[in-house]
Amino acid sequence: MDWQERTVTTGGAELMLRSAGRGRPLLVLHEELGDPGPLGWQADLAAERELLLPLHPGFGRTPRMEWIAGMRDLACFYAAWLRAEGLAPVEVVGISFGGWLAAEMMANDPSLFHRAVLVAPPGIRPATGEIFDLFTVTAAKYVQASVMDRSAPELPVLFGGKRTPEQFEAWEDARAQVARLAWQPYLHNPSLPRLLALVPAPPTLLVWGREDPIVPLAVGEAYARAIAGARLVVLDGCGHRPEIERREAFVGGVRDFLGAAAAAARA
Amino acid sequence: MHIMWFTERAYHAIPEDEVIRRKSFFGLPNTHFDPEHGATLLNRYLDEKIYTDELGAFDGVMLNEHHGTPFCLGAVMDVEAAILARVTKRVRIVLLGNPIPTVGNPLRLAEELAMIDLISRGRLVPGWVRGAGSEQLANNTNPAYNREYFEEGHDLILQAWTRPGPFRFEGKHFHFRFVNPWVKPYQKPHPPIWIPGLVSPDTAIWCAKKRYPYIALATSFEPTAELWNIYAQAAAREGYQAGPENFGYMQPVFVAESQQKAEELGKRFLFGGGFAHFARPEWMFPPGYNSKEATRRLARQLANPNLPGKSTLGEGDEVDPVAARKIIYDAYPKALEGLQMIAGTPEAVIPKLCKVLDVLRPGIFSFWLDGPVPFEDRLTCLRLLAQEVIPALREHGKRLGLVDPFERAPGSRPLPADGKPEPVAWPELLRAAS
Repeated sequence: MDWQERTVTTGGAELMLRSAGRGRPLLVLHEELGDPGPLGWQADLAAERELLLPLHPGFGRTPRMEWIAGMRDLACFYAAWLRAEGLAPVEVVGISFGGWLAAEMMANDPSLFHRAVLVAPPGIRPATGEIFDLFTVTAAKYVQASVMDRSAPELPVLFGGKRTPEQFEAWEDARAQVARLAWQPYLHNPSLPRLLALVPAPPTLLVWGREDPIVPLAVGEAYARAIAGARLVVLDGCGHRPEIERREAFVGGVRDFLGAAAAAARA
Repeated sequence: MHIMWFTERAYHAIPEDEVIRRKSFFGLPNTHFDPEHGATLLNRYLDEKIYTDELGAFDGVMLNEHHGTPFCLGAVMDVEAAILARVTKRVRIVLLGNPIPTVGNPLRLAEELAMIDLISRGRLVPGWVRGAGSEQLANNTNPAYNREYFEEGHDLILQAWTRPGPFRFEGKHFHFRFVNPWVKPYQKPHPPIWIPGLVSPDTAIWCAKKRYPYIALATSFEPTAELWNIYAQAAAREGYQAGPENFGYMQPVFVAESQQKAEELGKRFLFGGGFAHFARPEWMFPPGYNSKEATRRLARQLANPNLPGKSTLGEGDEVDPVAARKIIYDAYPKALEGLQMIAGTPEAVIPKLCKVLDVLRPGIFSFWLDGPVPFEDRLTCLRLLAQEVIPALREHGKRLGLVDPFERAPGSRPLPADGKPEPVAWPELLRAAS
């Protein structure tokens, strides 16, 4: 799979955008530690779609913008970009932090998305359990802690797989920006469940590992209650990274969900 | 010269092996805390300061503040400072420093410190710090805004002390729409401000701009000398010549009546595995706490096992306390040799301390006394410092022209006619000696 990289000028920013594949665009919003690099699930989907993966402002590659100080700011920035590019309504896959971002965008303007796949996003405080504290461990430890199925073939290649000065710096950029956006309340927005319940949300698929050690399943259940008609798929023996721990099931589920959308669009 | 002394006010009665195993004082469960022991220690530490005041030779006593660690019982050092303000008679109370970001309310700090200055009738020397990385976690202070909190909070405190109220202060982080503290400092326009540090160039340059003395906290001599020259260059850009009045140095020391006893007691300074070896990166460097440049430097260090700054205890999770303890305590002879610790009889330590003054030329000097050492031995050390060591240091300081910030205002010396600043430290003397 060939990834292209280009810079898009939008909203006063030079947004770094990675893309792969051809076809109907599929927006991919990356996680809290940045873009973990090309992965199999992306290649699978890029076989039939054009994947658009913007690198979040302040996470190292796209310069930080001082005014983006919270999740709503970031959500509005991306909403403006989607409108400017004529991409909305688009389908979206948001991974962890990226899923929370998609949920915030949806709560602000549900017409941005045709369908949404949210993969184990934080953003809502769980009724039981806690969202793992990313900021009290090193990034390398966080990656290790996130996975339940250690036999996942792509675990060794996440984020390049090697500890280099460049990767360390990239992680620190990402962590610092997440701290700016979500230090307190920690990785959640107390209003989000209410806001999501107030809008006509697009069809939404929630994907969760039953043993997710980072964002407990209780958060998925809260999202399912907040988003009318949302479907929660729970994968057994799986941690915070269903997209690599249960690649086949994940891709199959996403394909079915988005394929249904395509069929609906054709009808 | 301004001569003072400092101690961390450690709790001591903790399982050292557990500290070593965790590679950190921070995070040791507070179930190990016994209030009876805490009460005894806090009172003793205050008694030592009062004793120092009575000895007469010291110009100041220095306090600091840490959170969530048995390393330092001074979780709110202004409480201790307030007591000392009332019960001591002559020493200056030097606070190095109040962690503006983690305290979180600069106006409250301005009021607390003004009260201490009033009660002591102008003996307060406040200072500011960003707070160690772990303090950000202990206080849930966003590390990514640490320097912004620090600078904005500092500005608010100075305004609260000097600007006629009521006024509005609406910054990026701090919002006070009715600033009018009734209790204002005794010293005018405000108490002298000193800044402690661990050789961060950003901080030294900021100090030079503000004309604040910079106090190096027992950092290695060569990088300290380098940093002071960076300060002096920044001072030259501000149009003044930096000198001893701009610099302070803190030196670990233990003095006893016999050389053997002093060296044995000095060794306990390495208590809990010493200091540098207990830097867990995730707690020392929380997200965004460092500047981009510092992060880049750190990234190179972490990737290169041969560079300094790497824990000698390794990066893995498993630590063998026996092996670790051996590494830590085996380092002691080298620490004595390199003057990281100066331990001995008064006659033995005086020439070594004079060497430190020769190299760094500080106008402010602080002894650092720490480790699980009997209270009586600490008092003996303080007495010997006062009676025998300090007079010799003062004399040597006079020969070197080591004026302190009370004798010459920092930033008041003009640059030489050619505009090039004179050197402020003599690290080559160190090389000549070795």
